[in-house]
Amino acid sequence: MKIIVCVKQVPDSAARVTVEDGQVTWHDAPLVINPWDEYAVEAALMQKETCEGDVVALSIGSESAKEALKHALAMGCSEAILVSDPALNAFDNQITAHVLAAAIQKVGEVDLVVMGRQAIDDDLGTTAAQVARLLGWPSLTLISLIPSIDPSARKIQVERATEEGRQVVESPLPAVLSVVKDIGEPRYPSFMGIRKAQRAPIPTWSLTDLGLTVEEPVVTWMESLNPPQRQLVNEMISGSSPQEIAEQLVEKILAEGAL
Amino acid sequence: MNSPMDLPNKIWIYIDHFQAQALPASWEVLGAAKFLANTMKSSLTALVFGTHVDELAQQVIAYGADEVLLADDPALADYRPEPYATLFSRLARDAAPVVILFPTTTRGRELAAMSAIDLKTGVLPDANSFEVQGDQVIIIRPVYAGKIFSRLVCKTKPQIITVGRRAFTPPDYDPSRSGVLRQVDAGILESDIQTKVVRLVPAEGSASLVDAAVIVSGGRGISNNPSLTPPPGLDEKGAEIWRAQQGFQMLAGLAQVLGGAVGASRAAVDGGYISYPHQVGQTGKVVAPNLYIACGISGAIQHQAGMRNSKMIVAINKDPEAPIFKLARFGVAGDVFQVVPALTEAFQKKLGK
Repeated sequence: MKIIVCVKQVPDSAARVTVEDGQVTWHDAPLVINPWDEYAVEAALMQKETCEGDVVALSIGSESAKEALKHALAMGCSEAILVSDPALNAFDNQITAHVLAAAIQKVGEVDLVVMGRQAIDDDLGTTAAQVARLLGWPSLTLISLIPSIDPSARKIQVERATEEGRQVVESPLPAVLSVVKDIGEPRYPSFMGIRKAQRAPIPTWSLTDLGLTVEEPVVTWMESLNPPQRQLVNEMISGSSPQEIAEQLVEKILAEGAL
Repeated sequence: MNSPMDLPNKIWIYIDHFQAQALPASWEVLGAAKFLANTMKSSLTALVFGTHVDELAQQVIAYGADEVLLADDPALADYRPEPYATLFSRLARDAAPVVILFPTTTRGRELAAMSAIDLKTGVLPDANSFEVQGDQVIIIRPVYAGKIFSRLVCKTKPQIITVGRRAFTPPDYDPSRSGVLRQVDAGILESDIQTKVVRLVPAEGSASLVDAAVIVSGGRGISNNPSLTPPPGLDEKGAEIWRAQQGFQMLAGLAQVLGGAVGASRAAVDGGYISYPHQVGQTGKVVAPNLYIACGISGAIQHQAGMRNSKMIVAINKDPEAPIFKLARFGVAGDVFQVVPALTEAFQKKLGK
């Protein structure tokens, strides 16, 4: 079975992100593999262990994105591919989806594509569904559990986290999945894995390699904005007993119309 | 005055529902759409897919749609993205609306994304505000879990947008409103659909976090009530989880009095105290209730990102130096196990419950 896991490099979730002179900055925070994508790697590795096969990590980004791919390799992926092209400096979610779909087709004979539910930088959460649509494969998003997978019968059963509960869905393979945290805690890279990842060659594909031509993004990022400054007065409430504190707090909350 | 249906039809909205019960987010989308319809001088068309959805269609008109396109077909009984997107895109291709709004729900986000591929256009999720320039809609959406915002526009038509939760107020419900109901042919065969919904395991019943007007949230500090004695036979970790669960029951009591939902920090979820759907923060849910009461939460930057846009934040924490107090309108540096029960009682008295 061949599984592709898509990963993105993003600023660490602890980063202070602000807009300075119109530019987004995450100050000195490190770039890491998108936390949701670690769950995707874990899900892909679990399937590989059940059914034998290869997990290929795929990313779009600059040279530095290889670090995110190395993390995926160190966790246990067998190969990694980076799509990098100066023309991808300006992109939107449609371009991302087209590039990933083309790369998945170039890898060929793929049974399953796994992604995290969204990237913690742009928070779009649209990529899995869009890639599935382009490939014409079922879109199985927000998956919390994979109860069964049968590559020879080309079938998978998944549980999808929806507002109403867990929807159990049967689907043919190949399919595109996005996973949520319930799928299982990502494993730590092993020492051997880290050493192997450092030495692993990571091929870089350009748009030409994928047979794609440069497209203008249709979505324009016009401006980045800091959150509106709030006129917040911090007020500490104290009193001689919890009851007294609680009564003051209730009065004040109601007086400001929060309920 | 002329009928709204004499106006050009530029704005479409998708109504997300489960078994003919609309999600609250769908009504919020009607609020957003009303604003656009007034500004852009357009009538408002809503799309409702499923089975037994006639009554829902009437509700949609009562909430302000001028026209409802209704596809009632057994193949649409269970939501599956592929047939829904195919039908939606076919209708949109024929009618060529200028703007299409979806609710930001699991189904809405997915359908918006897939329809954008079909219609060769862009998709703008989680729009919190709109600015109209002619036929162009410029949106503002949170990125980096709301640490910053971006202002975006889509150059191609239709402009597909999902409307952020709790960003718009639903219009008034007026059952006397009239509108046009049009049945459309789904044109979908069950045999052409690749996937099958086997069953649904219902979620534990409680107000959804993203819809809740009040959230009472707990963190690591909820696990160490010294006055509780765990049942015998539990190991250290078991006792910690047991203590934490008692703590969350206490928070649920307060949430119940306020008609709210229970949230949690990542530390509490990772500690096994409460299930993941309750997690608020950068790798959980981003929420913006009217009132957010943080109990025993220190306020890591990832947690702040998920709740900082709440209208009022109240923090209760033993440590007066906890960063959460910087976000709080009101803070109590004290013992959550004493303050929360007292607060529950005080609210009960005041709200007459």
